[in-house]
Amino acid sequence: MQLTCPLPSTGVGEIITLGHGSGGLMTHQLLQTEVFDLLHNDWLDQQHDGATFSLNGKVAFSTDSYVVSPLFFPGGNIGDLAINGTVNDLAMCGAMARYLSLSFIIEEGLEIALFRKVLQHIKEAAQAAGVAIVTGDTKVVERGKGDQLFINTSGIGHIHPRAQIHHNRIVPGDVVIVSGEIAAHGMAIMSVRKGLEFETEVCSDTRPLHAMVAKLLDCFGEQIKFLRDPTRGGLASVLNEMTEATKLGVMMDENSLPVNEQVAAACEMLGLDPLYVANEGIMVAIVSAAVAPSLLAALHQIKGGEQAAIIGKVTKEHAGKVVLESRIGGHRVVNFLPGEQLPRIC
Amino acid sequence: MKYISEYRDPQLVKKYLHELFRVTTRPWTLMEICGGQTHSLVKNGLLDMLPPQINMVHGPGCPVCVTSVSVLDEALWLAQQPDVIFCSFGDMLRVPGSTQSLLHAKAAGADVRILYSPLEAVQLAVENPTKEVVFFAVGFETTAPANALSVVQAAARGVANYSILASHVLVPPAMEAILGDPDNLIDGFLAAGHVCTIMGTTEYDPIAAKYKVPIVVTGFEPADLLQGILMTVSQLEKGTYKVENQYARMVAREGNAMAMKAIHEVFDVSDRMWRGIGSIPESGYEVKEAYKQYNARVKFNIHLPVREEDPDCISGDIMRGHKKPVQCPAFGGRCRPEHPLGAPMVSSEGACAAYYQYKSSVCS
Repeated sequence: MQLTCPLPSTGVGEIITLGHGSGGLMTHQLLQTEVFDLLHNDWLDQQHDGATFSLNGKVAFSTDSYVVSPLFFPGGNIGDLAINGTVNDLAMCGAMARYLSLSFIIEEGLEIALFRKVLQHIKEAAQAAGVAIVTGDTKVVERGKGDQLFINTSGIGHIHPRAQIHHNRIVPGDVVIVSGEIAAHGMAIMSVRKGLEFETEVCSDTRPLHAMVAKLLDCFGEQIKFLRDPTRGGLASVLNEMTEATKLGVMMDENSLPVNEQVAAACEMLGLDPLYVANEGIMVAIVSAAVAPSLLAALHQIKGGEQAAIIGKVTKEHAGKVVLESRIGGHRVVNFLPGEQLPRIC
Repeated sequence: MKYISEYRDPQLVKKYLHELFRVTTRPWTLMEICGGQTHSLVKNGLLDMLPPQINMVHGPGCPVCVTSVSVLDEALWLAQQPDVIFCSFGDMLRVPGSTQSLLHAKAAGADVRILYSPLEAVQLAVENPTKEVVFFAVGFETTAPANALSVVQAAARGVANYSILASHVLVPPAMEAILGDPDNLIDGFLAAGHVCTIMGTTEYDPIAAKYKVPIVVTGFEPADLLQGILMTVSQLEKGTYKVENQYARMVAREGNAMAMKAIHEVFDVSDRMWRGIGSIPESGYEVKEAYKQYNARVKFNIHLPVREEDPDCISGDIMRGHKKPVQCPAFGGRCRPEHPLGAPMVSSEGACAAYYQYKSSVCS
């Protein structure tokens, strides 16, 4: 071993420093004490450059990055999101996540205790979703060049044998179902964002949806034509993407939209429209009209689906547009959001 | 949500609509002053439910929309100064000045922050003694008391590194400018509920009498708006022209004395340039001489060239009620919310944005 003066600190200190991302001893120690021991499994234990495994049959593959601020918020944290988000992206393809990669970009100065806490949530979320974290990466960037902690996860999983999810199977008359109350995640984040703090009991809805999707596919298979989790951009953006791709319309009923009263009040106060606010634990399903009532009843029996509702239907009319019938019977077009949703003056 | 859901009751809406169809015998053109009212009309699909004889014109009551390019350029200049934290209400950020918007300046490195209250900006100044904190004090009479209070508080706490860029506009002079126009089309007004919560209703009495127009102070929920329209049309059908108060649950005739005291403490009435309309005498607020150290224009000695607006933008015609947004050749083409030519396309309260957001099927 070649020594230099002064001797570098080798102990894992209180905060992450650039040394933890150097690839040397500090990186090794950080990973060993904080990551490998906690998340260990046959693949991680090999500490190889990648994971090797066999997969038979049709699989889905997805990736997502998580940059939420603050890292901890009512009802969840960045660790929960990083696991549930990618599990859900795969679930929307009709796939059950099996293996995940996990990469960190850490800003120097992050408290190691906080990093450890996030990892604990990652472990619990992965266990709850039944996925193995099989490979990963850690980088450290200078202070001011990140926002505490960014996480990327990629996942792979087998597609359910009865899944035939593609927007080109949607036809007029199909029914639009949302699996739970909308806008909770975005408003939970807003309630603790610096400068906007307000008192509320609104919690993020972050949860894995793969079990819900598996049960529905077991029962209704190809009758489920479209699944999407309305994360950034909210329900309005997902439906606009669908109508743009299919050249069909959607008629939504404002009365049937499930919105928690506290979430609605917070949106009202901040001048935000719940249709555009992010969700992390609900999905939009477009299904054949024939199975819609029984599928809705089935959803009500599944954890996380208790508040599911039929919110509209697919139409031949107003092709490419999402139209909402207001509570008082008027009609309006629900467009894509231009840029970010900005709070109103008064 | 108590105090809101009652005013979104479909049965009540039906009742007002039924009555409105019954009393309306002739064509009438009404202007809702406030952008919040425009948005609610369009968002709830109310415009298509009204009797066909009633033409609603969307007035100049969106503060974001009427803030002039020159003031936006001042805001951009301030935001780009070293050691300035520039604070604003959210929807001012996307409004284009002559070169760019505050959102662009922020992306390019300016310290621009979205706040919900100017009092937060004073606190920010306390926490950042080596920085200059400037608050973009835009809005009608509604936001003026809080902005004035921020100056009073900064003075009382000895906060020297705080100032405001005042761009306040006033409703009554704008109404007079519209009514005094020889091409005026407006038969009656829905006055802006929140402005009157602060200022009361008395300053509208002389306008109603001079121009012989009914003015009904109106709220923002569907039932409020329909009741306001019904009260205005009922007056027009009877030939009366009084000031009435539909929004009595919020608006007192004499207004809010404490709020007005704060305004008069800090601001003088001044001439103001309105985007798309031009200069209107005595139609704005400027920081008083006594508080000049809190006036960002004075403190930073800002002198910028006056800029012209995009010649394709017909926002003036729209805000005067001469044209609808969909009659603009640039609407939905060159001018869209993600690339606005003029301010009514920018704010969620702007007439063009409201049409684009909620009524785009109309123009397809």
